Amino acid sequence: MSKISESIKRYDFEDKIQGKAIYTPDFHPEGMIFAKTFRSKVSRAKILSLQLPPLPKGYFIVDHHDIPAKNIVPVVFEDQPVFAVDEVNYIGEPILLVVGPEKRVILEIMNNISIEYQIIQPILSIEEAETCSAPFIFNNKPYFVDYEYHKGNFDDSVRRAKRVISDEFKTGYQEQAYLETQSMVATYDGHTVCVQGSMQCPYYIVEALKVALGWNESRIRVIQMPTGGAFGGKEEFPSIPGVHAALAAIKSKRPVKLVYDRQEDIQCSSKRHPSIISIKSYLDENDEIIARDIDVKLDGGAYAGLSSVVLQRSIFAAAGCYNIENLFVRGTAYATNNVVSGAFRGFGGPQAFYAIEMHMENIAKQLKKDPIELRRKYFVKQGDTSSTQGTFHDPIVLDLIANEVIAMSDFKSKRLRFESEKLKGIGCSIFYHGCGFTGAGEAELIKPSVRIKKEKSEIEIFISSTEIGQGVLTTMRKIVSSTLEIPIDHVHHNYPDSRDCPDSGPTVASRTVLIVGRLLQDCAIEMKKRWNEESFEIIQSYVYPSHLRWDNQIFKGNAYPDYSWGANVVEVEINADTYEIDVKGIWAVYDIGIPIDDKIVKGQIEGGIVQGLGYAMMEVLESKKGKLSQDTFTTYIIPSSLDIPPIYSKLVKNPSTIGPFGARGLGEIPLVGVAPALACAVQQAIGTNITKIPITPEDIMKGVQL
Amino acid sequence: MKIDFVLNEEKVSVEVEHSNRLLDVLRDDLHQISVKEGCGEGECGSCSVLMNGKLVNSCLIAIASVDGCHILTLEGYRKTKRFEAIRKGFEVSGSVQCGFCTPGFVLAAEALLSENPDPSALEVMKGIEGNLCRCTGYQMIVAGILEAKEIGKGLW
Ligand code: FES
Ligand code: FES
Repeated sequence: MSKISESIKRYDFEDKIQGKAIYTPDFHPEGMIFAKTFRSKVSRAKILSLQLPPLPKGYFIVDHHDIPAKNIVPVVFEDQPVFAVDEVNYIGEPILLVVGPEKRVILEIMNNISIEYQIIQPILSIEEAETCSAPFIFNNKPYFVDYEYHKGNFDDSVRRAKRVISDEFKTGYQEQAYLETQSMVATYDGHTVCVQGSMQCPYYIVEALKVALGWNESRIRVIQMPTGGAFGGKEEFPSIPGVHAALAAIKSKRPVKLVYDRQEDIQCSSKRHPSIISIKSYLDENDEIIARDIDVKLDGGAYAGLSSVVLQRSIFAAAGCYNIENLFVRGTAYATNNVVSGAFRGFGGPQAFYAIEMHMENIAKQLKKDPIELRRKYFVKQGDTSSTQGTFHDPIVLDLIANEVIAMSDFKSKRLRFESEKLKGIGCSIFYHGCGFTGAGEAELIKPSVRIKKEKSEIEIFISSTEIGQGVLTTMRKIVSSTLEIPIDHVHHNYPDSRDCPDSGPTVASRTVLIVGRLLQDCAIEMKKRWNEESFEIIQSYVYPSHLRWDNQIFKGNAYPDYSWGANVVEVEINADTYEIDVKGIWAVYDIGIPIDDKIVKGQIEGGIVQGLGYAMMEVLESKKGKLSQDTFTTYIIPSSLDIPPIYSKLVKNPSTIGPFGARGLGEIPLVGVAPALACAVQQAIGTNITKIPITPEDIMKGVQL
Repeated sequence: MKIDFVLNEEKVSVEVEHSNRLLDVLRDDLHQISVKEGCGEGECGSCSVLMNGKLVNSCLIAIASVDGCHILTLEGYRKTKRFEAIRKGFEVSGSVQCGFCTPGFVLAAEALLSENPDPSALEVMKGIEGNLCRCTGYQMIVAGILEAKEIGKGLW
């Protein structure tokens, strides 16, 4: 085991275990008042009129009139307003804020706002968007983006094919369900506005404030507070409450707190994209897969948000861990009048791997082959090209990963045994997660930099990466102190404050250890050389590795700077009376390079797997006429301690060539492969194909009766 | 109305509306920030406190029913020896990630161990059923409680 992997006590542990950590809802600056968001109750309409009740003294309305510069939430496109002006496009779209000292009075005011809508025919699903006759939501087309890419000679291979195997899969919404809802506090001192809150990406909020206020960055400050979970849900979304709270603070000249209640949070914040994915495999006379046609459709909701980038990850991942020479891959992110879809751990990967892994399973079934051995035949290897024709430069150890997971779970003998044992099944999945931004995004879009400072024997880290429970306040100290070979207690690191932390990029995309950690390591190496100097600082910016290349126009080249790999096995038994799935065990093997802290890694793995389990079989979340039907923790069911099967995980050792100490990204991959492994197991147990997730007892009942 | 109760072994008296939730009174009037609101409907356990020694969701308790009761929050509990055992158990087991659920789990562990000082893993799983954690996947919390029971042998 590497020295660095040895676990240490987390630096955020004491505050949290003692209940002393001040999360945003716990923070009460002097003179603070409250804000609440008044939202659209219809999925699509023109606003004809809006009547406000008289406001008691000390109460304010904040709406689009209060935005000094642009009424735009900057994400990828500029289609989403900070506040609706004369139309609304989804249920929950913010129209205005009511601000004032007493929550009860705020609610009274909200209840007395009357609004007159002229309803427009909404578009409420991917299917409706595809065939839509209603007026379009986005730029005269039914979708935000559509992409395609090719590899090899697809048409020729299709002509050569002797057999086609095709499947279509559907995946549902998933809610991040961080335990702390979206929360922001803004203060304004007459010159600078300061937003403190629950977030993943302080500089996304800085940017959103710059756009809305038109102010220079020197008048804007964003500070992360201890954050009660995020999982992607605090990536792009917090720009909205962040700007809202800031506008309210500027108008009222008082500190303003904006905390969502749970129902509001579920209804209005971003979700994992629902998808429909179809895959066709073309086989030759020897039953070799020679070509594949993949079509990914996502429901992006009412505004473009991050749908374009989620879709990119999805269409790259949909080819799976397999080297199929000839590919034709398309993807479309549709505009609908549903809640805006966005970032969620895995970012398009879970949908894609569910589809491709089920499809591989189905091919194995049709060819009567062992499901892992069929997959193994096509595993990508070092030197192969990826689906986007980038060379895999580093060793890929999928064979080893597969062997380990087979051995740990006793896959083969159970698989055989369950063929004749009713309602029992075991399934597997093989998957990867690309670490870092897509293509050359790290160099071209993010341009991350980091700063470390030496003051006598004390070192301080300044980065914009956030502590969202994943351990960044501990792992970054470990990287720096191990590089400098000094005791870790001489290294200091705090929650990010845009005032003194450069933009190291958002805390997303399994990039923090790999990219930011590496930059810190580079700084520390430099610092070590100059160790005799008493005080100085080093700033380091990212340089795109020279062995990688990427063309974003045709999606050609190395889609990611690095990859983590994994395999899951899930064993289930179906309850013959209730049709509920009893998960007997989950086995997981990953190549995440060298772990920076064993315990933190284990926590990410188990937490991710359980979230994946929820995605696969519990977390039903449906939009009915644009409104989410499950919007409380009573109706939206996330796993509790009683739902947890035994989880056995293991890491294989294959150091990254670019990450610090050989580490790669880890945050997302544990969620990615659970659903397909579980669905494959259910499929064996009931003998009918599973084509959607989450898998409910009703689905199984239908399957079993056949 | 005026409500008198004992908070962390000190008498307190608050002037509140009778429909107020214990959660709000604890957070807003008595600055008990360890008591978190995760759902407001009794599903997540983030707002757990001990009421006369029993684990309750303070978001479901009307303040009127607290009159004369003993309420223990983490602010009080963290001064005890038992807490030290739980703290150590959670530390070595990696039971804390984002930490938002943590105060609730610490009190759930206390409630469980004072009822059953030697629970099995399964009993721990059952004992913390009412507390949601979205980060850890629970196993490392269960391990933390099992560890705490060893460290704190004789305390419960
Ligand atoms: S806030 Fe009380 S149970 Fe969730
Ligand atoms: S540690 Fe984040 S919810 Fe439990």
